[in-house]
Amino acid sequence: MTKSGAISINAVQKIYDPENAAVHALENCTCEIPAGRFIAMVGPSGCGKSTLLNMIAGFDMPSKGTIQLDGKLLADPSTHTRPDSDRVVVFQNGALFPWKTVLENIAYGPIVQKKLTREHAENEALRLLRKAGNLERIANSFPGQISSGMQRRVEILRALINQPKVLLLDEPFRAMDTVSKSKMHQHLLDIHQRFQTTILLITHDLVEAILLADTVLVMTTRPGTIKLNIDVDLPRPRSNDMIVSEHFTKLQKQAIAAVHEEARKAFERGEKELA
Amino acid sequence: MVLGITSSILLWYGLVKWTPFVAFNRLPDPLTVFLEWISTDPDYGVSIFTKDYYLHILYSTYRAIVAFLLALILGVPLGVMMGWKANFNAYAGALLDFLRPIPPLAWVPIAILVLPGDEPAVIFVTFLVAFFATTLNTLLGVRSIDPDFFRAAECLGAGPSDILRDIIVPGAMPTIFTGLQIAMGAAWFSLVAGEMIAAQYGLGFMILESYNLVQYPTIVIMMATLGMVGYASSAIIRHLGKRMVRWRQESTGLAQALNTQ
Repeated sequence: MTKSGAISINAVQKIYDPENAAVHALENCTCEIPAGRFIAMVGPSGCGKSTLLNMIAGFDMPSKGTIQLDGKLLADPSTHTRPDSDRVVVFQNGALFPWKTVLENIAYGPIVQKKLTREHAENEALRLLRKAGNLERIANSFPGQISSGMQRRVEILRALINQPKVLLLDEPFRAMDTVSKSKMHQHLLDIHQRFQTTILLITHDLVEAILLADTVLVMTTRPGTIKLNIDVDLPRPRSNDMIVSEHFTKLQKQAIAAVHEEARKAFERGEKELA
Repeated sequence: MVLGITSSILLWYGLVKWTPFVAFNRLPDPLTVFLEWISTDPDYGVSIFTKDYYLHILYSTYRAIVAFLLALILGVPLGVMMGWKANFNAYAGALLDFLRPIPPLAWVPIAILVLPGDEPAVIFVTFLVAFFATTLNTLLGVRSIDPDFFRAAECLGAGPSDILRDIIVPGAMPTIFTGLQIAMGAAWFSLVAGEMIAAQYGLGFMILESYNLVQYPTIVIMMATLGMVGYASSAIIRHLGKRMVRWRQESTGLAQALNTQ
């Protein structure tokens, strides 16, 4: 099987509300994401990270430029393909259907796509739950009955059952405590190792970004573009101890400097806008 | 609850028997009402042992149920469409906003003129209030669904009919049931008024009729009956609602405490 899931973003611009007070969310944003890469995107709030992710997902289209997946056009100013199970989003605030059980949630994709019968899909869902660390016991719980960390794992499994080319993670671990977060990191690293899916992770946590990703993209403040491309040449499999290594610290310093510069710009501009 | 009811009955008794205000002296006291209610040979012709009593209840209940079901069948789909499709809402919403402030009773004359006979007219005005309550709450329910659920479903390959079945209906269900409870309450409210104007049977009709015939205890019996029937109908909907949104019950409270790790 040839690797798929390469994303190319070409000179993308996004302006919201072009008639009135035009908000420049993205400007001349270009990057190539090779198939199977783990990419982390960091940058100040409101820099257009989510906008970019939404366009890849198919919720929105650019004002200029194109986005392609494996050479196939995903979005340009006149069209955008509908969201599809080849690039699944895991949402910031979690979007498991609260009225469906964990099992029904995970099995949902293959069932509505009519790829599998309900029975097959649920068996597959159970298999995934088992492989994710003996989680079958929560199969019949409703999402509201399990912890937020579990919810995230289930949501990621719900995406993975579709064998997506791209996994789009929009700050999924934001509201998590350190311990759950580090468990989730291991879980995600494990998934990336096993499925070789392209992963695009939006985060504010630089340690998280460096620990997980092959490449950290630092975005500028609005209008967002890619400021810095940090290649994380830490060996895989990654582990938590790497965080204290000298090399890690060096990468982290580099990222901090870039992010803080942008955050300061954003802050100063914010003050100007208020004045 | 027992204390509340007991004290209000005592207050009622006291007001009727001991206050110097003449106005209160005209009211029947609770004991008289109760004895009339359970009498095998009621002074004014209506008690739990008379066929008429149940006939009135049956008529009113029948009208309330028909009106309620019509509101359910028409209001829920309309509310769903309005909440789901912006174009549809632009059209139907304006019409609804215009019609809703018209008090249901204002429709009575037109309803009698247009519809064949009194019966459909009474049902129509009853339906109308229930319909507005159902439609607007359904609309509210659909709008309150987290937009990420729609996006998530689309990501997973869901088409419009899947989204309707798996996101909109279950997502709006809790609010729809709140709306149905309000609708049921509102239905009884305008049913009684409708029956007073244009009916020959029913609890509302009987209240006004008893007033005209100076049968005051019967008025109170009918009022109390209305209270009980109204309470029962709300309770049934509430119970159904709880069963329909089982996930909500299970997602809160003890279950959560036990299952989190």
